Amino acid sequence: MKAIVCVKQVPDTQGKVAVKADGTMDRAAMATITNPDDLNAVEAALQLKDATGCEVIVVTMGPAPAEGMLRELMARGADRGVLVSAREFGGSDTFATSQILAAAVNKIGVGPDDIVFCGRQAIDGDTAQVGPQIAEKLHLPQVTYVTDIQKNGNDLVVKRQLEDGYMEIKVQTPCLLTCIKELNTPRYMSISGIFECYDKPLDVFDYNTLKDDPLIEADTIGLKGSPTNVYKSFAPPVKGAGMMVESVDQLVGLLNDKHLI
Amino acid sequence: MAEFNAMDTAAFKGVWVFCEQREGQIQTISYQLLSEGRKLANDLGVELCGVVMGSGVNEDYIKALGGYGADRVYYIDSPLLKDYTTDGYAKVMCDLVMEKKPEIVLIGATNLGRDLGPRCAARLHTGLTADCTHLDVDVEKYKEFLRTTSNIDVDNTKFEQNTNLKMTRPAFGGHLMATIICPRFRPQMSTVRPGVMQTQPFDEAGAAKVVVEKITPALTADDIHVQILDIKKSAKKMVDLIGADVVVSVGRGISSDVDKGIALAEELAGVLGGVVGASRAVTDAGWLSSDHQVGQTGKTVHPRIYIALGISGAIQHVAGMQDSETIIAVNKNESAPIFDVASYGIVGDLFKVVPELIKEIRAIKAAN
Amino acid sequence: MDFTLSKQQQMVQKMYKEFAENEVKPLAKKVDAEEYFPKETVEKMAKLGMMGVYFPKEVGGAGGDVLSYVMAVEEMSKVCATTGVIISAHTSLCAAPIYENGTPEQKAKYLPKLCSGEWLGAFGLTEPGAGTDAQGQQTVAVDEGDHWKLNGSKIFITNSGFADVFIIIAVTGTVLDKRGRKQKEISAFIVERTDPGFKVGKPEDKMGIRGSSTCELIMEDCIIPKDRLLGVKGKGFQLAMATLDGGRIGIAAQALGIAEGALDETVAYVKERKQFGRSIAAFQNTQFELAEMKARVDAAKYLVYAAAQKKQAIMNGQKGRYSVEAAEAKLIAARTASDVTRRCLQLFGGYGYTRDYPIERMMRDAKITEIYEGTSEVMMMVISGALLK
Repeated sequence: MKAIVCVKQVPDTQGKVAVKADGTMDRAAMATITNPDDLNAVEAALQLKDATGCEVIVVTMGPAPAEGMLRELMARGADRGVLVSAREFGGSDTFATSQILAAAVNKIGVGPDDIVFCGRQAIDGDTAQVGPQIAEKLHLPQVTYVTDIQKNGNDLVVKRQLEDGYMEIKVQTPCLLTCIKELNTPRYMSISGIFECYDKPLDVFDYNTLKDDPLIEADTIGLKGSPTNVYKSFAPPVKGAGMMVESVDQLVGLLNDKHLI
Repeated sequence: MAEFNAMDTAAFKGVWVFCEQREGQIQTISYQLLSEGRKLANDLGVELCGVVMGSGVNEDYIKALGGYGADRVYYIDSPLLKDYTTDGYAKVMCDLVMEKKPEIVLIGATNLGRDLGPRCAARLHTGLTADCTHLDVDVEKYKEFLRTTSNIDVDNTKFEQNTNLKMTRPAFGGHLMATIICPRFRPQMSTVRPGVMQTQPFDEAGAAKVVVEKITPALTADDIHVQILDIKKSAKKMVDLIGADVVVSVGRGISSDVDKGIALAEELAGVLGGVVGASRAVTDAGWLSSDHQVGQTGKTVHPRIYIALGISGAIQHVAGMQDSETIIAVNKNESAPIFDVASYGIVGDLFKVVPELIKEIRAIKAAN
Repeated sequence: MDFTLSKQQQMVQKMYKEFAENEVKPLAKKVDAEEYFPKETVEKMAKLGMMGVYFPKEVGGAGGDVLSYVMAVEEMSKVCATTGVIISAHTSLCAAPIYENGTPEQKAKYLPKLCSGEWLGAFGLTEPGAGTDAQGQQTVAVDEGDHWKLNGSKIFITNSGFADVFIIIAVTGTVLDKRGRKQKEISAFIVERTDPGFKVGKPEDKMGIRGSSTCELIMEDCIIPKDRLLGVKGKGFQLAMATLDGGRIGIAAQALGIAEGALDETVAYVKERKQFGRSIAAFQNTQFELAEMKARVDAAKYLVYAAAQKKQAIMNGQKGRYSVEAAEAKLIAARTASDVTRRCLQLFGGYGYTRDYPIERMMRDAKITEIYEGTSEVMMMVISGALLK
């Protein structure tokens, strides 16, 4: 039994954000973090490992430095890492990314009692698309917005968050779940985990590793294989600052004059 | 069914809106999307269709979609579609798209829509753009939009003339806006979050002339690989931030006394007939539940009055409230970015300012 | 000296920072105001290996290194000096002497439970009439055949209210020194909280590190088994001094953390606070104060990290001691902590004097680092003693 977790290294949009002169994001100038929802996905997998002893594999697509993130996830308890990295994969939109990640997961192999975990969405794009799209490519049932997982053999009962409540869904392995922060509290790296993480196996999947998968074709991956393109990008408008008032009196007076209260 | 080819763009016509129902009730996001879809359909000179999936949905509700702009409604009726399942809904949606070939499909970015959209786009081999805040097909209209909302020198920039759907959305937590196109594949799919688009007034004539096509889908229980055991509403009433006239939001500034900070916000909201919102810091810390969150990853609101208490104004928060009519900010730090979007700002400790504010507003209300 | 952190050390530091921010900082005010011993934090730290950072896995440790241990005390102390000293006293003063001097049986019995945090450790040397002065020791251990009987009391014992295992220094007889004078023979023992005749007294009401549990230990006919003698009989004072060398690196790290934490708070504050129409960071006085404090903090940091590396080298088999390095690190780091917190408070002005900001707490916490585990004066004795030898 395996838990395969797809993770992404993202710029820390909560911290300092650097925008280049042409209006695009200066990723190089920004600190990177493991995408927050993905940490919940990793934690879900690690809890499954605590309960069943299953193997936890963390998979990411990204440039070579993304290895650092995989090592950190191994320091939290993941058993091995897979770094999917190739020039051919660059410029992929969510569709092309899910083609590649699905091929990588195929390469790892999804067995009958395996679960693929993803975070709901990444904070750099907030699209929430890659998880369901990987599920579609792998022909796996999916449950998104997962807030609770109960496992009984190959049957899972999961709670799926709705805006005003939740759905309780029964699904069988193999399946794909996308996780949200309500699911769990991610553990920290442990010191012993940190001192062991560089001894754990890490595989690099490049274009040659994956090229025989039918999902990988020139017109399904990378910039060329991406159905969507950026037409224009620009900085959002800044609303002109209003007036500073000195006292509550003055404020209430102004609001009253404008019939706002 | 003809062979489906997402690249044969010329074969696709018409604008569709997925009209979500839950427990037989059409969700309000559907009206917002139909209102927006109507404009796009007019610009393209094509039909606007609503797509409803469910079981025994009241026909009046379906006809009412015409009142918000639909020329036609496909109503796919099956007991298997009563409640949302990814497998059931995606199969029906994709089969219908493959058969009817719409050029645009709009889906509400609800927790269900954000599950359905990507699954369908992957199956149809087309692009999907999530959480759009602005849509255009007409280049001139798009240029007008840029003139007021961007730093782009519109007159000295080249724009390719076409009727591709231009889907504008925030990226990187709202630090950047990107307009996305899907030029080579159809349909062009887009999700839009509730509250982002305005609902146009109901039009009786439209409701009267809408064409409803009831379809029985080729769907069997074997197509659905999950089983819904239960659907529960949360015991606590969810905050209706989107429909609120006044929103009083709290941020990290309440951290020195969280309970008191929230109590003050509730009292102020009570006086003004509003509800309490929160920044991401507050919901992340668990001080208020996530349904209170305003911002890029929370709710987009445009109330008449928005009051930000102890909120620094991170761009991700501002993205969700900047279109409020009047914004009042209270913050200890006079260089807090929230003051850049505020109509009125007060530098001060919210624990001192808010009680005074409550007192004075009460006094004025009593006098009026 | 190379202070480049290894990949693992960088990762450890990152984890500490996250942990301190999320788990330790939110409790710091309560820990101080209510003299609250943060038990739940100790449990969380133990789970991550922070109660046995540099001990090998075979004895239940996390398999890290000395610098990773020092950074644990440093990072926790940045936000809560009480939490920092809990780790330091437990690791340096209890687990370390057992690891370095214990029999295989003692190591097997105590280290796994100390490293896992199931047991908390403490160290009892100071008495009402004696601190670093060996001959002043009054606590007596008598060999009664199949057991030891201890009588006496210890004061100002860090962690004592919550500790399960204590290293106790006691007089076991008299010996003649080289000149034929009678001297007390000192030995070290492992005492468990549940041993008959062992009692923990009332906690002290302290100026700083108020959540740290500092109590008296009372031994009245306290009976412990024979196998609790730690190290060689009669070598207890040397054991205590060597233990304190390690402890001083921990306290130096605590002092460093307090200074760094105060500086972090102050940098944020001066950017925010406005006077005369501009942020006080724009005033040259502020800038020069910050610059000098930063330079002093970094100087202290180098000494602390250098002492940690020396201890590491000795653990790795290098001959020698690190008493002087530890004394220098503690002397300078403690002085820096007191100096920096006082100057930071001045930059905060009136707000700094209130309990709305953590800076006055940091100033109170800093003072103890000049006192415990050897005062600054004792540090100077150690350093000058080596110089003038």
